[in-house]
Amino acid sequence: MHNPDRPVEVEVVERVEETPSIYTLHLRFTDPEVASAYRLLPGQYNMLYLYGVGEIPISIVSDPDDEGPLEHTIRSVGRVTEGMERLQVGDRMGLRGPYGRGWPLEEAEGRDVVIVTGGLGCAPVVSMIRYVLGRRERFGRLVILQGVKHTDDLIWRRQYERWQELPNTQVLLAADVGGPNWPFSVGKVTVLFNQANIDPDRSIVMLCGPEVMMKASIDRLLALNVPPESMWLSIERNMQCGIGHCGHCQVGPYFVCQDGPVFHYPALRPWLGVTGF
Amino acid sequence: MDSLLDAIRDEGFARLVGPVTRDGSIVYREIASAADLPRGVRDRQAPGTYRLESQDDGVRSFSWANGAQALKPMTFAPREALWRCERDESGTLSFRDVAREHEPTAVIGVRACDLAGLQIHEQHFLKSPYTDPHYAERRSSLFLVAVHCSHPADTCFCASTGDGPRAESGYDLALSELDEGFVVSAGSDRGRAVLASMELDPASSPQQDSAEREIEAAASAQGRSLPSRDLKDALYARLEHPHWDHVGRRCLSCGNCTAVCPTCFCHAEQDEPALTGETSEHLRQWDSCFTAVHSYMGHFLVREETRLRYRQWLTHKLASWHEQYGRSGCVGCGRCIAWCPVGIDITAEVAALMEAGDAQS
Repeated sequence: MHNPDRPVEVEVVERVEETPSIYTLHLRFTDPEVASAYRLLPGQYNMLYLYGVGEIPISIVSDPDDEGPLEHTIRSVGRVTEGMERLQVGDRMGLRGPYGRGWPLEEAEGRDVVIVTGGLGCAPVVSMIRYVLGRRERFGRLVILQGVKHTDDLIWRRQYERWQELPNTQVLLAADVGGPNWPFSVGKVTVLFNQANIDPDRSIVMLCGPEVMMKASIDRLLALNVPPESMWLSIERNMQCGIGHCGHCQVGPYFVCQDGPVFHYPALRPWLGVTGF
Repeated sequence: MDSLLDAIRDEGFARLVGPVTRDGSIVYREIASAADLPRGVRDRQAPGTYRLESQDDGVRSFSWANGAQALKPMTFAPREALWRCERDESGTLSFRDVAREHEPTAVIGVRACDLAGLQIHEQHFLKSPYTDPHYAERRSSLFLVAVHCSHPADTCFCASTGDGPRAESGYDLALSELDEGFVVSAGSDRGRAVLASMELDPASSPQQDSAEREIEAAASAQGRSLPSRDLKDALYARLEHPHWDHVGRRCLSCGNCTAVCPTCFCHAEQDEPALTGETSEHLRQWDSCFTAVHSYMGHFLVREETRLRYRQWLTHKLASWHEQYGRSGCVGCGRCIAWCPVGIDITAEVAALMEAGDAQS
């Protein structure tokens, strides 16, 4: 019987140092058959394995149609991620996936896509932004609202600046603490809603970041008359198996690893912000 | 009984596991013959209490309700390797299955509550989009001989959850124990094959009647109950009820209840590398929602306080379980009541939560 828990081998083909504690690994399957069978959707994640240490769930940044290596942006916060930080080009690791539900691509077609994100880069929405930019004619306006704690935390800053130049695209950035080289807003991501050009009837909103931030943003969006049915969010929980077996990631009735990480807001609404779930 | 055990062996299940008394409890261990069974043993259970009593003149081997564990460790192992990673000198990794061989085993004395727990686990491990081969192989190695319950403990409430005391399905053979012997029926083809290989007397109608009466009496003797088989809406309406604080202050967050529960399935995964640096085993081990690390997120815990962990456990078991598996996750075995070191009683906690209406704190 097939063992769904068992990873396959991948090789690190590129390693990018984003900040002193954030790095991106570009991973290539060593078995070409596995590589050609692999399909992903923006918003899904892989379980990455570091030899002798363990596995962790990491979002995939790559475009689904890109046949190159899989990109994973990782922040060193624990035993596994700190160990992975030391990997170099040519090193091997394990990977299984992709897992979970991604962003609602069909629902988003033909609509304005509004991305609201806080924290460090928020890889799950970067995959969606890239997806929209790679298929620009299939979507309406692209509005990106990004908040960070410190100006130094904004990884992919040049990427954001490049996106700002694109037609039909609005990119707004805010940092809790500004600085001398910070031309953008200061405050929480919610300060950006006054400047954002959001058409409540044409927009689909995708949120990712700390739940307090997402909840505050949803309140602002509801005040702008964006219907709850137009909002989707990606959340995080402790995940150890990725396949709905280990039980850690539950939020109310959901297993975030399989029913999420992307949820339709109306489905998650009863549980969002309830301490302990 | 011994002729039945022999017939089961002849059917290909050479290893027999059954209830024996050890360290003051009923536990499931390998047995050689019916003489190993706990003849004349009664269990006395209450919140935080489990005691065995011996009756010298007792002729029955199943005049007790249950022990701390039964089937769960046999199908969902407390700790087992899921796969192994081998690393050669060049750093190339090979991921391999760990050999899994499980000797065909007959389990004697399975209770209705444990069969209900087994069916829930089959749904969790085998019917989800990802079938678990570790569970499947352990499960398929088992031949199950149920014994309908005739002596429920004070902690039992399977009649109210609908899971006992009669074993309804999921067994190969089911027995009713009478003073003069057993009434046996088959629940599967291999069970029927075992019976066909034996010389059996048909049960007389008084024997069948007394077997039935004992099961009915075992149901009506149960003093504990849950108010409904579906408490989802009632519990979801009480997420901020002050009683969670009350139970949270008593609960030690030790995880005994989740270890003895036949339906709790949470497990942690971890690696155990060999000192040679050439291989590492990836293991899973039972975990509990009462531990701090269960909700660990790198930078915070979702459930820091005990009251939140108890609420997670109870609302999962009795509420969200319905959405996940189409029924409650409680089979009424009462183990969490008896094995709780401070005697927290799930039926009493539910009653307290329901009593105060839908009061919000």
